[in-house]
Amino acid sequence: MDLRTTYMGMTLRNPLVVSACGPLSEDIGNIKRAEDAGAGAVVLYSLFEEQLHLESRELDHYLTQGTDSFAEALSYFPEPEQFHLGPEGYLNHIHSAKQAVGIPIIASLNGTTAGGWTKFAKQIEQAGADALELNIYYIPTDTKLSGAEVEQTYVDIVKAVKGVVAIPVAVKLSPFFNNMANMAKRLDDAGADALVLFNRFYQPDIDLEELAVQPSVILSTPQALRLPMRWIAILFGRIDADLAATSGIHHAPDALKMLMAGADVTMLCSTLLARGIDYIRTIETEMSHWMEEHWYESVHQLKGSLSQMRCPDPSTFERAQYMRALTTYKPA
Amino acid sequence: MDGNEAVGHVAYRTNEVIAIYPITPSSPMGEWADEWAAHGIPNIWGTVPSVVEMQSEGGAAGAVHGALQTGSLTTTFTASQGLLLMIPNMYKIAGELTPAVFHIAARSLAAQGLSIFGDHADVMAARQTGWAMLASNSVQEAMDFALIAQAATLEARVPYLHFFDGFRTSHEVSKIEVLTDDDMRAMTDETLVLAHRARGLSPDHPVLRGTAQNPDVYFQARETVNPFYAVCPDITQKAMDKFAKLVGRAYHLFDYHGAPNAERVIVLMGSGCEAVEETVDSLTKHGEKVGVLKVRLYRPFDVARFVAALPSSVKSIAVLDRTKEPGCPGEPLYLDSIVALHETGRTGINVVGGRYGLSSKEFTPAMIKGVFDNLAAAKPKNHFTVGIVDDVTNTSLDYDPSFSTENPKTVRALFYGLGADGTVGANKNSIKIIGEDTDNYAQGYFVYDSKKSGSTTVSHLRFGPEPIRSTYLVTEANFVACHQPVFLERYDILKEAIPGGTFLLNTPYGPDEIWGKLPRVYQEHIVSKKLKVHVIDAVKVAHDSGMGGRINTVMQVCFFAISGVLPRQEAIEAIKKSIKKTYGKKGDEIVQMNLTAVDNTLAHLHEVKTSARVESRVELPLPVAKEAPDFVRDVLGEIMAGRGDLLPVSKMPCDGTFPTATTRWEKRNIALEIPVWDFAICIQCGKCAMVCPHGVIRAKAYESKALASAPSTFKSTDAKDRDWKELGLKYTIQVAPEDCTGCALCVDVCPARNKSETRLKAINMGSQPPLREAEVKNWDFFLGIPELDRRKIKVGSIPQQQLQRPLFEFSGACAGCGETPYLKLVSQLFGDRMVVANATGCTSIYGGNLPTTPWAVNADGRGPAWCNSLFEDNAEFGLGFRVSIDKQKEFAGELLKKLAPQIGDTLTEAILKADQKDEAGIFDQRERIAALKAKLAGVNSLESRALLTVADMLVKKSVWIVGGDGWAYDIGYGGLDHVLASGRNVNILVLDTEVYSNTGGQCSKSTPRGAVAKFAAGGKSSAKKDLGLIAMTYGNVYVASVAMGARDEQTLRALLEAESYDGPSLIIAYSHCIAHGINMTTAMQNQKAAVNSGQWLLYRYDPRRELAGEIPLQLDSRAPKQKVEEYLLMENRFKMLTKSDPARAKDLFRRAQLDAERRFKFYEHLSARPSNGQKEPAKPPQAATAVTS
Repeated sequence: MDLRTTYMGMTLRNPLVVSACGPLSEDIGNIKRAEDAGAGAVVLYSLFEEQLHLESRELDHYLTQGTDSFAEALSYFPEPEQFHLGPEGYLNHIHSAKQAVGIPIIASLNGTTAGGWTKFAKQIEQAGADALELNIYYIPTDTKLSGAEVEQTYVDIVKAVKGVVAIPVAVKLSPFFNNMANMAKRLDDAGADALVLFNRFYQPDIDLEELAVQPSVILSTPQALRLPMRWIAILFGRIDADLAATSGIHHAPDALKMLMAGADVTMLCSTLLARGIDYIRTIETEMSHWMEEHWYESVHQLKGSLSQMRCPDPSTFERAQYMRALTTYKPA
Repeated sequence: MDGNEAVGHVAYRTNEVIAIYPITPSSPMGEWADEWAAHGIPNIWGTVPSVVEMQSEGGAAGAVHGALQTGSLTTTFTASQGLLLMIPNMYKIAGELTPAVFHIAARSLAAQGLSIFGDHADVMAARQTGWAMLASNSVQEAMDFALIAQAATLEARVPYLHFFDGFRTSHEVSKIEVLTDDDMRAMTDETLVLAHRARGLSPDHPVLRGTAQNPDVYFQARETVNPFYAVCPDITQKAMDKFAKLVGRAYHLFDYHGAPNAERVIVLMGSGCEAVEETVDSLTKHGEKVGVLKVRLYRPFDVARFVAALPSSVKSIAVLDRTKEPGCPGEPLYLDSIVALHETGRTGINVVGGRYGLSSKEFTPAMIKGVFDNLAAAKPKNHFTVGIVDDVTNTSLDYDPSFSTENPKTVRALFYGLGADGTVGANKNSIKIIGEDTDNYAQGYFVYDSKKSGSTTVSHLRFGPEPIRSTYLVTEANFVACHQPVFLERYDILKEAIPGGTFLLNTPYGPDEIWGKLPRVYQEHIVSKKLKVHVIDAVKVAHDSGMGGRINTVMQVCFFAISGVLPRQEAIEAIKKSIKKTYGKKGDEIVQMNLTAVDNTLAHLHEVKTSARVESRVELPLPVAKEAPDFVRDVLGEIMAGRGDLLPVSKMPCDGTFPTATTRWEKRNIALEIPVWDFAICIQCGKCAMVCPHGVIRAKAYESKALASAPSTFKSTDAKDRDWKELGLKYTIQVAPEDCTGCALCVDVCPARNKSETRLKAINMGSQPPLREAEVKNWDFFLGIPELDRRKIKVGSIPQQQLQRPLFEFSGACAGCGETPYLKLVSQLFGDRMVVANATGCTSIYGGNLPTTPWAVNADGRGPAWCNSLFEDNAEFGLGFRVSIDKQKEFAGELLKKLAPQIGDTLTEAILKADQKDEAGIFDQRERIAALKAKLAGVNSLESRALLTVADMLVKKSVWIVGGDGWAYDIGYGGLDHVLASGRNVNILVLDTEVYSNTGGQCSKSTPRGAVAKFAAGGKSSAKKDLGLIAMTYGNVYVASVAMGARDEQTLRALLEAESYDGPSLIIAYSHCIAHGINMTTAMQNQKAAVNSGQWLLYRYDPRRELAGEIPLQLDSRAPKQKVEEYLLMENRFKMLTKSDPARAKDLFRRAQLDAERRFKFYEHLSARPSNGQKEPAKPPQAATAVTS
């Protein structure tokens, strides 16, 4: 069975890519394990520019707190010769990952400033990453900010980064745009080599006992795949950029559906956190079996086969499908 | 560079082994050595010196002795009590003719009180050890003499004690010429190094040293060293001459400066020489025949050179000693001078001696002129003092304080700032800029008050084209900056401004508003001196630039912009360059933030058009309220107002005894925000009051009639506790608005949230100024509400227990301190019967540093009695309390029995058999003792009078031995161990911050693995010592490990159990600390995380349980539920290692996790072991262990 796929110009042994997630890629051992389990590529956890800034400020604050106040204790800490405050750790990690495995290593970047996006993108390229995923993790809350401005920000970031690096650039984005299709096209026009659909935002929870809002991570459920699947199906064939599916891909059937909708790769996170990195092999094996049983020869063959463009009834991916669901609804 | 760094620079590069231990003001030398070693910086032989931290200065001296004996070039740094602890080894090192140099930042010794400041009491106490003593007078000389001493000792084989004045030199920042490695190599004779090495002990050429000698030969052997001492001065001068050839600075054993035909000469050593030289230059310009003789090599004292250095014209000499030897015929240098003149037959000179400058007391040209004037008198006063007013024994010299020798070409600037605002750091930076970017000389000296929160700093800066020898504070300032508007109502800052000077004020008021806001005295100075006034809202500029509350960069730009020290644009560029250099390694973000502040400043700096008339009617408030006791008002109040220097001798207690309960008079008003109680939300749990580090949150339950005259804004609600509800009591939580530090720890621990607006709790922070007036009234009213009878309070319940009045209040500890909540809790529980032995450290500073003490008294006048002995002996000191009290109690019992016929059997028996286990029992016993005293008054006998003096000891006394981990784990551990073994009823409270907090966060054996601390710059590699486990091995010691922020009820229970145990108790209390690099507002969460991760265990080991057939150890911690790393990353002390050495951090954090898991399992095992069921003897024998040496 030929499970190979291409993603942003890279040929992957299969479309099963480890998604950007700290626990899966912070340890080089895990990256090796992913390769051994058959992953097509690994997207590293994100380098957060804001975090670098915060850590820098935090360090300065705590090294300065209480100093030069009391004659016996003019400072509280020794001063190291240097601090590794910039992206060095991340860049070294890219280098180590590249040394450790043969599969493509895709870095992930979350910037907060225009300068930050381009500076870190260049450094990531120089560190040896095969590609870069822009993790545009942005929740606009300013009531004066228009949707158009938000959209332009995305486009500007992609253009700026594409202007300074030669490696392929993917954009991971949220579904919260007025017209997702238009947004996808604009990012495509801006030079994005792939779109990763969709980012799952950190969703805070309420602790009833503590009466407090608490940040918490919840793993995706298989139901979550519906949203990206629809948009991948709609976008397939309409833009040049490759499409990566992420969210809710837990088992082989989920991956197959995404590929049929039009994804070039499928990204795995929650399922690996829940079942272990070795579960990639299970998914790969089950995909192969299903494809064999259904007389498929290659991923290429099934890719986009159920996209809006190629499916028997394109309207099912649009609103009409909802309307029909209503009209066929019969109260018990 | 300051003096400590200058000395450390040479000492580090010219030695192979360095033993260190922290003590102010010498600690930075050890810190530098540790940092340089951590950075892999080599010495002049290309190898990185081995730097080893010891458990005490005594230990450091021992390690040095050992390292020297095995042939390594070895040094150490110390001061004050530390030097005293080294003396025994110093005799040995000298007796064995061993080359070595100890560098001493000379400091006062603890006598009637401790002082961290500079004088020569310590080095003078070592002058008999056989060490050469070399005094340096300035930062440059301190560096130079460090090398000269090193070179000389190798040849002389006499060890050298190189000393310089603590703070005045050790902490003065000065522009100096730094010696190079080549200079150091050139001064070091390699053959002498090899000779030292060859004398080292080795089994390859074995010898024996350190014999015991008998009366037949000891004396002769002692005299064998004479030839070495005879040539030591020549060797020292030779080294000085070689140095002069090499670097161009010439020194002599005795340097004379002044008129060649001088008739009056001052002889002295140390930094005071610089001020005398400056004064001599000024006086000789006016034709006065005066001079100064600087003593460089004090031991061996070269009589011939001393006398030869004095001009033949000299008629009178004043020998000044910076030390005091009560009862002596004269201080040491004075006596030496007399002997020298006498032995050389130099007659016709009138020699007088005087004391000056104890504990960094100012020594100014005015005082120096006073000394010269005294010498000009027909009968100069001898054995005088200068710089104080001695109205008791009239030793002091009069002088004209207006006399000045300030160089008009020197710019003199004064900056008043808060510790937290970065003023000192900015000024150090300015000195660097001026020193490095111009040809000017620069000097900076910084004065701090003794509080750790809200402390005032005063920076004294001088810049000028000529060398600066002014080793005294700036009193005639061209430029005065007030960095905090609150100082306007505290200090008369402009009294030091000279006519035509400049005043820079940080204020929220603009140039058109400020004049009307200034107090009268400020307007008077401005008008009469025609001062130029500039204002800036630095807080706003800093805030808008992302700098938060740090106004340092903004004010620095203002200084350069208006002082004219450098051309404005040039200065701005220099500041920017310096910012990039200073903050570069902390990341672009920090650099950019500071650069933005620079750019934003000038547009907000405004010159003020002042009025020609004084219009203000606003007066500076009195430092303390009028109703304060006389001593507080007349003495402590003057110290608070910064006028302590003016207090005469007669005002000071002669034996170091001070009243307690004095912080209540010191209204510091340092909080910008204070807690505001919302009684509608409050569940009356008492947690806010319990954690309040400063004792400013109080709870009371009281009868409603007490509210009769309550102020209109006074808050009260029905008491919720069932016991109080039944009685219909009211309840109030009141904040002391002027004593609060604004730490907000109370808000963080408050468990009650507003149901409709969850960001609010039952206690919330509100801006202090609008609340102040009303809350002051409320606080005063609250204090007047009667306390609930202590007998009716259930002490095991926090909501009830918190009604007990704290007898530890308003300390100057860091805002949000983690130690003081424990002390306050102890004072609530046992304060009316406790006596405290307090080890030196943070606790002794916020507990006993003048002017005020937080240890307080209750309405009956009872409260903790407190004393600090030393750092190293505190356990023994406290044991002494116990033995003494027990003896007096025993004696009282004996007397009582003898007097039973007169007292009556019933009362006698009741007293002797009294059960004093609880408040009621103690109350009843006090009543009985009162009755006893009444009866004794009518019995006229020796025994009756004796019993009256000890009768109070029949009431329970609770002995508390308090200190930090530096004391308990390190320097005082031997004593602590002995006291634990004694079986005596003492309560030892270890406030464990896991570093030497008071001296700036040096590593102790309590420091956990992976923590970055001073002396562990690369992260501590070994695990924390388990003090509690060691104590448990005795079996008869009550041991508890507590963390109030994790489980406050466990802390309370442990304290109650410990105190009730009739034997030694050890409570190890996790105390968060500013030295951890944490958010102090949420620090109790750190305590919780430490416990939840297993990094800190909660347990209680109670020997009484064993007697009852139970397992003595109760593990109060549950199994760890979070990773240790999660806790470690909450604290900069650990987290910074991930930034400085990520690989090492990873390894140490992994091992820290294993430590925690292993420890938990071990304790779990111990707490689950089956008891053998055998009851042991009711009480362990109280062995009086005799120790001989």
